[in-house]
Amino acid sequence: MEIADVKHLAELSRIALTDEEARELGAEFDAILGYVAQVTEVSVDIAAVHTVGAHANVLREDVETNEPGIYTETLLNAAPERNGEYIQVKKIFEDRQ
Amino acid sequence: MKSDSADRKPRTVVDLRTAYRGGTLLPSRAFVDVFEGIKTRDADVHAYIDIFDDVKARAERADELLKKGDSAKSPLLGVPIAVKSNILIKGKRATACSKILENYTAPYDATVIKRLRSAGAIFVGSTNMDEFAMGSSTENSAFGVTHNPHDLSRVPGGSSGGSAAAVAMESVPAAIGTDTGGSVRQPASFCGVVGLKPTYGALSRYGVIAMGSSLDQVGPLTHTVADSELLFNIMRGVDPHDATTYPDGTYPLVEKKERYRIGVPRDFLGKGIDADVLVRFESALKDLADAGHTIVDIALPYMEKGLAAYYIVVFAEISSNLARYDGMRYGLHVSGDNLLDDYLKTRREGFGKEVRRRILLGAYVLSAGYYDAYYGKAEIVRTLMREELASAFRDVDVIVTPTAPTPAYKIGEKEDPLSMYLGDIYTVPVNLTGVPALSVPMGTVHRDGQTLPVGIQFIGPHAGEDRLFDIGKRFLNE
Repeated sequence: MEIADVKHLAELSRIALTDEEARELGAEFDAILGYVAQVTEVSVDIAAVHTVGAHANVLREDVETNEPGIYTETLLNAAPERNGEYIQVKKIFEDRQ
Repeated sequence: MKSDSADRKPRTVVDLRTAYRGGTLLPSRAFVDVFEGIKTRDADVHAYIDIFDDVKARAERADELLKKGDSAKSPLLGVPIAVKSNILIKGKRATACSKILENYTAPYDATVIKRLRSAGAIFVGSTNMDEFAMGSSTENSAFGVTHNPHDLSRVPGGSSGGSAAAVAMESVPAAIGTDTGGSVRQPASFCGVVGLKPTYGALSRYGVIAMGSSLDQVGPLTHTVADSELLFNIMRGVDPHDATTYPDGTYPLVEKKERYRIGVPRDFLGKGIDADVLVRFESALKDLADAGHTIVDIALPYMEKGLAAYYIVVFAEISSNLARYDGMRYGLHVSGDNLLDDYLKTRREGFGKEVRRRILLGAYVLSAGYYDAYYGKAEIVRTLMREELASAFRDVDVIVTPTAPTPAYKIGEKEDPLSMYLGDIYTVPVNLTGVPALSVPMGTVHRDGQTLPVGIQFIGPHAGEDRLFDIGKRFLNE
C-alpha cells in the first residue's frame, strides 16, 4: 500500500502518522490484507439469513433511565477541560470572512 | 482435589468456600495469603497493574458476615477475584492497558462486577492485558509485559494474560477476562488453567470496554471447571443495559449425555500445528474414547476461512468502537493547534502500534469500494460458518480442537503481526459464530528444558455451557 493511502486512512481515523510509520504500516498491511483476502474466494452469494443466533430488535421505551444529575459531576470531572457545567473544547467552526 | 492438611491453602473457589463454611479459615486470613502470593511472585510475573486499597476492609467485613451466617445467601462470600483492566469497577482505574485511559476512573460498575459483588466476591486488583484487548500475548500492554508463571521467559498468552497468570501463579483462585478471538481461552491454555468463552449474549457486556461488539464476551479463568461453572452462573442472565443478552429458552435445550459424540475437524488441524501439541491432543482423544465417548472425524471447510473473516470483522468493529477516544470527554488529551490537531495528536500518543494498525485497517475494509469485497464477504463467511456448525451439531454433541497450535512462545518471538494472528486459528471461529467454548488443560509439552501446559478446546452449540461443563469435569476427573 502506498504511503499516501496509509496517510489517508490515518487522517480518516484521526491519528497523526510520520511518513516512516506510514511506510512500515503499508508493508504490514499488504501482508495482512493478502491473507484476509481469502474471503473473496468464497463465491456463495446468499441473503444474510441467519439460521441460528437469529437477530431481532430489542427495544425499550424512549424515556430517561437515570435520575437527573446523578452522573453529572463525575462525568464533568473526568473531562480534560471543564468550564462550569460544560466541557471545554477548541473552536469547532471557523469564522468565515 | 482433597486438601490433605489443614495448613494447605485452599486453591479453588469451592475449596475456599468449604474452608470458610467449616470455620477452618477466615477471609481476612485468606487475604493475607493472597497478598503474600502477590508480593512473592508478581515482581517477576507482573500479572497485576493495580492492587485495590479497600481489600483488607472488605475481607474483615466478610469475616463478620460469615460469622453471622450470611454465607448461604452469598455463594462467593470472601472469595478473592482478579479483574482484567477493561472491566469497569466504579471508583477504580479502568485503563484497557492503554495510555489513552491511563488515568481514567470508572464511573460505574459493569453488570458482571455487580453480580459477583452481590454474591460476596472481593476484587483484589486489576490485571494486565494487551492494549484494548488487541493481541494474543499481553506484549502489547502500555504498562509492561506479563510473564508466564510456568516459564518467565515466555508469554502468558493474551489478551487476558494478566488474569490467566494471576490464577496460574496461585495468587487468587479465580479471575475474569474478556474473549473476542480467544483472549480467555488461549491464555488459559498457555498458563495451564480453565478458561470459558460463554455463548454470545450469555453475559452482559455493560461496563466492559468494547473491542468487537459482535464478538466480545466476559469469561472466567479458574483452576477447575466446577469453579468456572459457579462464576458463570452467578454472572449470567438478561441485563436491560445490554440488549444482546438473551433469556432462557431462546436456544434449544442442550442436554448432558452419558456418552458424547465428539467431532474432530481433522483437515483443519493440519496447518501449522506444533508436533508435540498434536501428540498431546491425540492422547486426550484416546482418553475420551477410553471413557466411552465416540470420536468422529468431521469436515468444517468454512471454519478454515474463519481467521481471515475474523481479521476483517474485528478490524471494522475496532475502528468504529475506538472512535470514541478523542480526548474530549475523558482520558488523555494532547493539545494541538486546533481541534483536528487535538484529535490527531491525542490518538497518536494515546494508542500503541497494534491499536493504530487495527484502526487503520478497519477504516480500509469499511471504505467505499472495499466494503463489499472484504466486510460484506466476511459476514457471508460468518453466516456460512454458523450454518456449517449447526449442521455439525446435528451429528455430534461437542467439537474438539487444541486451543492453540503451539505452547507459550518466548517474549519477543512473534514480532510480525500476521504470525501473531495465525495463533488464533482455533479460537476465532467460536467468537464469529457465537457458540460457547471451554479450554481445559490437557497436559504438558517439553520445550528448552521447560514443561509448558497446553489446552484442549471443547466447543458446544449455542447455550450449551452445561454440556461443556459436564464433559470438562469428566475430562479433568473432577
